[in-house]
Amino acid sequence: MLTMILKRAAMAIPSLIGVVIVTFLLTRALPGDPAAYFAGPAATPQAIQEVRVKLGLDKPLIEQFGRYVVDLGHGNLGNSLTTGQPVLTELRTRLPASAELTLLGLLVSIVIAVPLGILAATRPNSLIDHACRVVATLGVSLPVFFTGLILVYVFYYLLGWAPAPLGRLDVFFDPPPQVTGFYLIDSLIARQPELFMASLKQLILPALTLGIFSLAPIARMTRASMLAVLSSDFVRTARASGLSSFTVIVTYAFRNAMLPVITTLGMVFSFLLGANVLVEKVFAWPGIGSYAVEALLASDFAPVQGFVLTMAVMYVALNLMIDVLYGLIDPRVRLEA
Amino acid sequence: MTDIAATPRREGGLAALFRHSRYILGENPVTGFAFALFVLIVIAAVLGPSIVPYDPLASDTTQAMKPPSAHHWFGTDQIGRDVFSRVIVATRLDFFIAVASVALVFLMGGLAGVAAGFFGGWTDRIVGRIADTIMAFPLFVLAMGIVAALGNTVQNIVLATAIVNFPLYARIARAEANVRREAGFVEAARLSGNSDWRILAFQILPNVFPILVVQMSLTMGYAILNAAGLSFIGLGVRPPTPEWGIMVAEGAAFMVSGEWWNAFFPGLALMVAVFCFNLLGDGLRDMVDPRRRT
Repeated sequence: MLTMILKRAAMAIPSLIGVVIVTFLLTRALPGDPAAYFAGPAATPQAIQEVRVKLGLDKPLIEQFGRYVVDLGHGNLGNSLTTGQPVLTELRTRLPASAELTLLGLLVSIVIAVPLGILAATRPNSLIDHACRVVATLGVSLPVFFTGLILVYVFYYLLGWAPAPLGRLDVFFDPPPQVTGFYLIDSLIARQPELFMASLKQLILPALTLGIFSLAPIARMTRASMLAVLSSDFVRTARASGLSSFTVIVTYAFRNAMLPVITTLGMVFSFLLGANVLVEKVFAWPGIGSYAVEALLASDFAPVQGFVLTMAVMYVALNLMIDVLYGLIDPRVRLEA
Repeated sequence: MTDIAATPRREGGLAALFRHSRYILGENPVTGFAFALFVLIVIAAVLGPSIVPYDPLASDTTQAMKPPSAHHWFGTDQIGRDVFSRVIVATRLDFFIAVASVALVFLMGGLAGVAAGFFGGWTDRIVGRIADTIMAFPLFVLAMGIVAALGNTVQNIVLATAIVNFPLYARIARAEANVRREAGFVEAARLSGNSDWRILAFQILPNVFPILVVQMSLTMGYAILNAAGLSFIGLGVRPPTPEWGIMVAEGAAFMVSGEWWNAFFPGLALMVAVFCFNLLGDGLRDMVDPRRRT
């Protein structure tokens, strides 16, 4: 098992190298002179020259790249022009907000999509099967920011059930003392049930938006792989041996059908991390996505670069975790490795 | 089917294709519906500016923020522009972005993939490495980074959307070219003295082409969503240009105070367009490759 994990981890290294090269090249592709750009619009030619020497832009490209890698190794992602803060610090303080939202969104969609897919597969061409198909097709066609706005209109404006879409907490509450950075968990640790409810209320709509968005691929994959497994020999044998249909579906078919679904999670994460940016903008969520969008509009490139790098590293790590999880669930993969 | 009893005639390629298409449409009327929608979208894209009732840029402050009515079917926005006219006129730009980016990735990804699958070796390794590197990023995030770095223009939105779709096309084209590399007709062409490039152009490409076309219609929906997402966060298209993503962004602020029509109609247009492309893509796939039907 350990060798398998190590082997898989080694396979992630070329991806990481590629990510670092691309994020480096993106800064070099900035229109105009990067030194003038980083010095700000009001800089004198002298100041620009200083910035150029300071950033090492007068050196050859290879040396600049070496410097970039060394900086990364020290956790230096540069400073934001607008706030003057180191990018790494800001990303670190904002990351829990994004992570909490994304993970809850994923949880919502798994809780809905997996049972839906299973039910659809066990009753082909039934009403629930058609419902599953409609949900899957609509889910991929709905722009995620549009879903978010519709939910806001219905649940905030029309029904008044949800709070205003303005961040992680109502202004009347103070955030819980930071342990994990996840308000839901931290408020429980601090034993403040009202705070837990308040942050949950803020989270529900954005998480539901992300959930609806990622529902489609999971439901579709669950249905397809459940159908394939249900028609296999071992399920027929299990049925013939007189096991109840619940045992057959849950313990025999479900476990095997989950393997392709877990593989799809990699793709789902690619979409989720992107959609996260849009959802954060709709709900004024103080995560790393809205940080990057603000920086983008202010033409402040260092935070954008840091954001793209962070997202890509997280995505590579998530894919690694998914593969390891796959090995844990399916012993056959371990044997092959 | 009255001609079953008659002696089977050899049909021309076009007639057979037509018959086959009619058969598929009969099986799945949804594809026919999607095709009708597609025609409507194309008409709106081509004729849009000349058929709308109002100038999409003309503001009329006396008519600001009016809900949908007989005069303004989709209502008016905060400075009194007609939302219906703006939604229809926007079709051209959104459609153009989607078509251009898909055509671009078709060229880049399709050619690179076919070359990788046919030549193998270093070509294959380089194309594969590029595709893997792109795949290491969450796609929308990479598109954001590219547009931010290259500059905030519509051309760069097209380019970024094409780049993030590159791995998909390259992989499909590679796989399809690879299985045909040793095929009989390729061997025959080689033995009759054709050069590699000639075989690639006249034997391999025409065979991979239909599969990539299906992929194009399947990714059109994604391309529109991607471009609209980018303009929603303020990249690419600038106001007051009518474009669905930016219109939803402009209307978003009014959603919390109940003026829903500003963001709803452009969002709905976006959804209908994506829905149409996805259905059409599924239908086309059924026509080209019946095995993958679900």
